[in-house]
Amino acid sequence: MPIAVRRPRHGPNWARLAALVALFAVTVVAIFPLYWLFVSAITPTESTLKIPPDFIPVHASLANFQRLFVQAPVLNWLLNSVFITLAITAFHMLFDTMAGYAFARLRFPGRGAIFAIFLSTIMIPSQVTLIPNFLLISRIHLVNTPLAVILPGFADIVGIFLIKQFMQTLPRELEEAAAVDGATPWWIFWRVMVPLSTPAIAAVAIFGFVSSWNAFLWPLIVLQSGKGFTLPVGIAAVGRGEFTTDYGVQMAGGALAAIPTILFFLMFQRHFVAGLRVGAVKT
Amino acid sequence: MSRPLALGRPGLAPAWQGSWRRALERSFWGYLFLLPVLLGFAVFLFVPVLWSLWLSFTNTGLVDSEWAGLDNYQSLLHSSLFWQTLRTTALYTGVVVAEAVLASIVLAALIQGIGSRRLATFFRAAFFLPAVTTPVVIALVWRWIFNTQWGLLNYLLGLLHLGPVKWLSDPSIALWSVILSTVLTIPAFGVVTFSASIGSIPGELYEAADLDGAGPISKWWRVTVPLLKPTILFVGVIYTISAFQVFDRIYIMTSGGPGFATTPIVMLIYNTGISNWHFGLASAQAVVLFAIIALVSLVQFRLLRSDFEY
Repeated sequence: MPIAVRRPRHGPNWARLAALVALFAVTVVAIFPLYWLFVSAITPTESTLKIPPDFIPVHASLANFQRLFVQAPVLNWLLNSVFITLAITAFHMLFDTMAGYAFARLRFPGRGAIFAIFLSTIMIPSQVTLIPNFLLISRIHLVNTPLAVILPGFADIVGIFLIKQFMQTLPRELEEAAAVDGATPWWIFWRVMVPLSTPAIAAVAIFGFVSSWNAFLWPLIVLQSGKGFTLPVGIAAVGRGEFTTDYGVQMAGGALAAIPTILFFLMFQRHFVAGLRVGAVKT
Repeated sequence: MSRPLALGRPGLAPAWQGSWRRALERSFWGYLFLLPVLLGFAVFLFVPVLWSLWLSFTNTGLVDSEWAGLDNYQSLLHSSLFWQTLRTTALYTGVVVAEAVLASIVLAALIQGIGSRRLATFFRAAFFLPAVTTPVVIALVWRWIFNTQWGLLNYLLGLLHLGPVKWLSDPSIALWSVILSTVLTIPAFGVVTFSASIGSIPGELYEAADLDGAGPISKWWRVTVPLLKPTILFVGVIYTISAFQVFDRIYIMTSGGPGFATTPIVMLIYNTGISNWHFGLASAQAVVLFAIIALVSLVQFRLLRSDFEY
């Protein structure tokens, strides 16, 4: 096993201790903004906007959340976010997996070229398509609708890559046996490949969920009316003082937007890291 | 890999006539499975990229739409604001990417070094939590940390009888504050990626180095780092692409101000195209951004290429 800080044979393990202390220090700095988000969400503004602030929530209450729901159409934002995120995640799961299967297992003219073109699109910044896509979405009258966010988010090249890499590691025997029995690729895809690929599909779902829940710039552009916002767009408006200038209420909104991805990550942590590894240790 | 009309695995290919049908059939299925993605990419990616290029040579706004040749690019050349946003973006990207790559290697090595699976999982989770949290929300907290009157940083400085510093409202400091907020967010993706590649280095290499009497530091530089080159490239490119597109946190923390002190290129595109309806000019800005990202990625690939294969 490669060990950067080697364990000496005798005496206290100072190197390991130093590594631990350094990592804990980094963790505290990394986690603090999240900690403060939740503390200030459940603490009256008088206790957080003062010098020194109450670093521990001694006056905890849900009053900020109550006022948030009165002052801004948060319930609409929440529903929009949930609908858009679920739709995009479902699209990614279906279309990424289908495309990944085609690249991993099916043979057709231009396969390598198409895959290379797909991969190179990673380098195209989404800002290049921002203006034309906005013009397109306005011309087909989808501005302010969830579809305006969902349609351009139909698939994800990284997800396709991940599925392809994963499927290439699967043994071919089952497919070949099914093919000998006259099964079509469609049947093989649904009955053999999809069940065997659940870890990779789970990773695609997780990335799809987190990235579409957190998406900001594109929804900000195509969702322009208060009730049509997603949570991040709404929270940004709240943060700019458009619905309330109450700091505690702003942080309550932030906490509300942050909770789903945090819970999601904690629940599916293992798939998350496994998925990243499939992508990282290439071919 | 890109052999035209490859007929499946040669060993399995049946008689001549059958194989043509089979090849056609397989092609049909291949395109069928790709169809949704091909259609989607065509409508929302390939056509828009070309459209963007075309728009950049026109003065398309809300009403006019006339061919303008290189006018947009010429006005960008002479626009000090455009150059300023490019400098802002480059400075932000340079610092953030260098720090992200360095920090993620060091943290991955430290995690590896403590040699405990449980602790490794704990630290990775702790690093990931802020990374999966909505950036807009994290930026709200940073806005408080930097607040001149109530913020955490000025409170801490006050304890040392220093400050107060106008972190976000002083034009000469604001960009550095934004950079600081990014730098202090752990590059979780990099840490996990480096952990995976450090973990996949064969142990024999280290044993061989042991036999040669190499210490931990020379093993690190002579075995680990050279083998990590492809990962450094991969992580570097990914962070460069995302740093060039920074928007969310700046929109929340400073709205690009004070003045235009923290306006990155993407915010300029947003302001020009979406807020002010100058679609042609905004497209020209986007094309330049695209060219820069492509160029930087290419240079990074060249620099670190050696044993990298895709």
